[in-house]
Amino acid sequence: MITLENVTKSFGSNAVLRGVNLTIPTAKSMVIIGGSGTGKSVLLKSVLGLVTPDGGTITLDGQDVRKAERDAFLARFGMLFQGGALFDSLRVWENVAFRLMRGASRRPKDEARAIAVEKLRRVGLGPQVADLYPAELSGGMQKRVGLARAIAAEPEIIFFDEPTTGLDPIMSGVINDLIREIVVEMGATAMTITHDMSSVRAIADEVAMLHEGTIKWTGPVAALDSCPDPYVQQFIHGRATGPINAIR
Amino acid sequence: MSPASGLRAVGRPALATLAAIGRVALFAVATLGHMLRPPFYWREFATQVMQIGWFSLPVVGLTALFTGGALALQIYSGGARFNAEAVVPSIVAIGMVRELGPVLGGLMVAARVASSIAAELGTMKVTEQIDALTTLSTNPMKYLVVPRVLAATLAVPVLVGVGDAIGIMGGWLVGVTRLDFNSVTYLKNTVDFLEIWDIGSGLVKGAVFGFLVALLGCYHGMNSGRGAQGVGRATKSAVVGASVLILAANYMLTEVFFTS
Repeated sequence: MITLENVTKSFGSNAVLRGVNLTIPTAKSMVIIGGSGTGKSVLLKSVLGLVTPDGGTITLDGQDVRKAERDAFLARFGMLFQGGALFDSLRVWENVAFRLMRGASRRPKDEARAIAVEKLRRVGLGPQVADLYPAELSGGMQKRVGLARAIAAEPEIIFFDEPTTGLDPIMSGVINDLIREIVVEMGATAMTITHDMSSVRAIADEVAMLHEGTIKWTGPVAALDSCPDPYVQQFIHGRATGPINAIR
Repeated sequence: MSPASGLRAVGRPALATLAAIGRVALFAVATLGHMLRPPFYWREFATQVMQIGWFSLPVVGLTALFTGGALALQIYSGGARFNAEAVVPSIVAIGMVRELGPVLGGLMVAARVASSIAAELGTMKVTEQIDALTTLSTNPMKYLVVPRVLAATLAVPVLVGVGDAIGIMGGWLVGVTRLDFNSVTYLKNTVDFLEIWDIGSGLVKGAVFGFLVALLGCYHGMNSGRGAQGVGRATKSAVVGASVLILAANYMLTEVFFTS
């Protein structure tokens, strides 16, 4: 279980997180929604230690993440980045097997490649893709490779940062279905940030709405449509008018 | 302009410059610290030796060749004013191995390598590849910075050594074909005049310049701003910073090596 208590983060005079309180239960899929620039990515990166919060506490299974042994802590996580973040200089299979070929759980090259090819198959890519470079792939294929890399070491917790950004609706649907299937299949705890409502409905067990640096509402996805919170209602229906200021 | 605003106009950039020097120094200390602690990424190191050393050889070699030739012409025409044309081989040799080989080689490597390192790491930062490395339990300092800095520190002296030889050959070629020197005498004068420390000091300079080039490239790349403009600025800063530091370090090393 991941717990955030009163987490704050500012960049200069810009207070991005203003006291975030949130609990992500084990083996549940939490989706955080919110407009662009509301601090969703900062929140996610704070959990991973990529951004250091100014205040508050983040715990994983009761242990403060700042005091955790770094490699062991990160070994529990997989992450799909918004743009894929694939390493240009490495072939696709080397990207997928990156963690498997380094560190404490290092495997022989052939075994790492076999696992990478299997993970690529799991995300719908054939073995012929394994020896290509990321620049030779379409945006949708890059997302799939990023997803294969995120699950390659079978992590307990997977983070998805805007998994459908830049994809057409059909490919978005494919990626959403894959994420849902994989999370359920692995029994992983998942945290997804998105402003794509089709992703929310496909991926989420629980939803949290982040606005102006605080969680405005959290609850099960089934309760989203009937939620009385005006921020949530404006966001999920994409209304230009409401409590969230929309610059026109 | 009031005295206070004048002071502010001078003080603010001065403080910013000092802060930047401090950040680069801390980055250098962190890099050296990571060099001494495992894990070591030898495959990355080997790749960088090829990128920085082997692929810089044509540009450093051509620079040395033309510089050696031009130096021979200059010394000959200058020496002719007081009947000292015979010093061409020895002055070309000492000029190349002590100064021009390391400095011009370092500057050419700065232009080629510091820019490419800063652009590569800057792009990796902007596209979240450096964050991805961290989430894959790989320290970016160890995986990206240490192999580049170590490879440059070891490869640039070799480049300087090869550049020295090519530069001397450039002088010999011009001396023999254009200035009517006897080939054997030219080479004998070169060998007789040079001392081991002349060559050694140039190689030490090469190591220092290589370290500075890769360090500045990595520092600016890892701290690149967002977008194409941020990467462009990082690249420019890396080349300018490395070039200025090479020239400054060259003066200081020359003071240390040759004035005692």
